[in-house]
Amino acid sequence: MPKTVVLKIKRQAGPDERPYWEEFEIPYQERLNVLFCLQTIQRNPVTRMGKATSAPVWDQSCLEEVCGACTMVINGVVRQACTALVDDLEQPIVLEPLTKFPLIKDLMVDRKRFFDDLKKSKTWVAIDGTHALGAGPGCSQELQQIRYALARCMTCGCCLEVCPQYGPERPFVGAAVLAQVRLFNLHPTGAMQADERLEEMSKPGGITDCGNAQNCVRVCPKDIPLTESISALGRQMVGYGMRKFFTKR
Amino acid sequence: MSERAIIVVGGGLGGLMATIRICELGHPVKLFSYVPVKRSHSVTAQGGINASINIKGEGDSPQIHFEETVVGGDFLANQPPAKGMCDDAPNIVYLLDRMGVPFNRTPEGNLDFRGFGGTLYHRTAFAGATTGQQLVYALDEQVRRYEAEGLVEKFEYWSMQNLLKDSEGRCRGIVALNMPTMEVRAFRAPAVIMAVGGPGLIFGRTTNSMINTGSAVVRAFKAGARLGNPEFVQVHPTAIAGVDKRRLISESVRGEGGRVWTYKDGKKWYFFEEMYPAYGNLVPRDIASKVIYDIVVNQGLGPNGGRYVFLDVSHIDDEVLRRKLGGVLEIYEKFMGEDPYHNPMKVYPAVHYSMGGLWVDYDQMTNVPGLFAVGECDYQYHGANRLGANSLLSCIYAGRIVGPPAVEYAGQELPDLPDSVLAETVGIEEKAFEEVFASDGDQNVYQIQDEMGEMMDSEVTIVRENAVLDKVAARLEELDARAARVGLRDKGRRMNAEAIFAREVRDRLLYSKVIVKTARAREESRGAHYKPALPKRNDDEWLKTTIVDYADGELNISYEPVDISLLPLRERRYDVKH
Repeated sequence: MPKTVVLKIKRQAGPDERPYWEEFEIPYQERLNVLFCLQTIQRNPVTRMGKATSAPVWDQSCLEEVCGACTMVINGVVRQACTALVDDLEQPIVLEPLTKFPLIKDLMVDRKRFFDDLKKSKTWVAIDGTHALGAGPGCSQELQQIRYALARCMTCGCCLEVCPQYGPERPFVGAAVLAQVRLFNLHPTGAMQADERLEEMSKPGGITDCGNAQNCVRVCPKDIPLTESISALGRQMVGYGMRKFFTKR
Repeated sequence: MSERAIIVVGGGLGGLMATIRICELGHPVKLFSYVPVKRSHSVTAQGGINASINIKGEGDSPQIHFEETVVGGDFLANQPPAKGMCDDAPNIVYLLDRMGVPFNRTPEGNLDFRGFGGTLYHRTAFAGATTGQQLVYALDEQVRRYEAEGLVEKFEYWSMQNLLKDSEGRCRGIVALNMPTMEVRAFRAPAVIMAVGGPGLIFGRTTNSMINTGSAVVRAFKAGARLGNPEFVQVHPTAIAGVDKRRLISESVRGEGGRVWTYKDGKKWYFFEEMYPAYGNLVPRDIASKVIYDIVVNQGLGPNGGRYVFLDVSHIDDEVLRRKLGGVLEIYEKFMGEDPYHNPMKVYPAVHYSMGGLWVDYDQMTNVPGLFAVGECDYQYHGANRLGANSLLSCIYAGRIVGPPAVEYAGQELPDLPDSVLAETVGIEEKAFEEVFASDGDQNVYQIQDEMGEMMDSEVTIVRENAVLDKVAARLEELDARAARVGLRDKGRRMNAEAIFAREVRDRLLYSKVIVKTARAREESRGAHYKPALPKRNDDEWLKTTIVDYADGELNISYEPVDISLLPLRERRYDVKH
């Protein structure tokens, strides 16, 4: 018998529709990833029971784990479908959408809130303009390495999926946004607006909402030092609190 | 937001930079994107961005960068825009640095630079091996800042379907599809900038993202916008094969000292170093791909008869590799399951980039007044072959220079566009979707895509032969006829990926026909366009830009002169220094 792969996929035609499960069986091949399993089903959407159906919908772009689009829950673990290799997974491979964001359809969700929270956190360098103003500030190799590690965050949402404090009804911005605040506070020019960011992150939904569950750092596909960053931000927050206390009176 | 906003379609580097420049001039922007902008294809660029800042004291200059760009492009690029880009490159890299891009550093804390194809200078600034991602993020953050100020409104998961045009033929807005809801809507705008990227999916499995559909360019083409040099498609020499796509192994791997070899007579053969003593492993991509193809396919010298050659970094220190190439080696390790730090990587050429695209003038405006194009979807800057690390540069440069002329164009008083034009154009697109939904043919849209992709990849890339191109042209007609008889399995009216894809396949088939027809017509070899029967560049007859326009279902080819006002023609050689 030729080797096959069995997948069990959670289907839902829209946010207000009833979810259901469908199973598919496709031919196995070497170095098969979950993403190509979905593409294979898309080419011939027939369930394991032989029933013709529609193809599941999912989000995808680069397939190289650098865009973050194809994030979903695979066998109970949140990760990207492109780097999830079938050889490393138990079957049936169970696919579900992220649960913390509004569903669009099947495995596709709308992570708009994530980007809106970045807006709130002011995670940008407030440059004076795009005209020629010469080189940026010098930077040590060591600081570059620290910043680069934080800057690889692809806003995928793995850390939010596993965070007990993050949810549609709760204000917490989550680990990724806090790490971005640290990233920009570490930049010599970005640091000039550090207090503005810290002020935002001292409000409800900011750093005090972190429950220190430490799930985030375990699922980050880019090994971003999330908990370390939250601690570092906590220390900055103490300094900010002191400055605020002494300058306001 | 008012109808005063300029529309930017596409949120990669070109679209984001255009948005920033327009906002900086105080003008609002509506930014449309197929995916959330942070997930645009620009994030996949690995190696870096060129700028002749001469940190290494090698005597590099923007003039040399310009000359190497023109020679690398086999003299098909208009020279004044290419010069403008190279001259502005240092400003662009400094700007990105000021925005906080974590570029790698020298011990003194300056920007570090590395080697890349087609040059012997260290000219490429880089952020690990995920430079494109880091640049997108920096521009995305600046756009978000303007969004917070209320100058930018984003429409993510929207797909451009058509242009709104007035009775004078001017572009006055777009019609777009909200993919989650499948709603088709018209948006008026005083100017439209397309920054929609390349058409990689035409060639099936490539280094491109799944969103590089080429569809929006074809819609603009059908609405009257001309294409320039569409036959020039870059095949990158080093990618890894996967079941779903081919994944890029950046040229920066060779820029950092990686060596390419295979076995010959039982010994390691470093063929680039032997054939091109001056440039070695850093010959430009068109040449490198052609050589690997010849060695593997014609000479049968792939290791163990395999369809690959080796790309080797095992002689380089682990720590240096991790710091400078970590991101790309991680991709190899994750997808191939082998350790690239200590074993040679198996690589083979794959379609990567389109030099051709929408024809634009030196202000990035297409032949349709009010419609601009920037980034991979325009045809400017790279001629017949793009040098590595010039794409991030050209996207940002074009986005940077399009701002002022677009805002100026948007400032003119034009008669109101009647509502009837909006209703009519929306109606055309809605009807096209209804036809797809109503169709109950026997054809599978994905099957048609696969057949087109495999054929275009194997027959219309590194080697082009007229007899083969004729056969391909005939098969494209057959595929198009079949694509008109699709049967959808999904009839749902929410995020219907299959219905969207069914229409996009027709666009790709048309774009394929354009590529095949223009490749057939160009009777010479130049850059990425290689005909074994005519192996030489023929400047007397073919130093000219291909122009294609679409009228009444016909593709019309014409030519215009290339602007070679700045650098005289010369032979293109990489075996010796030039």
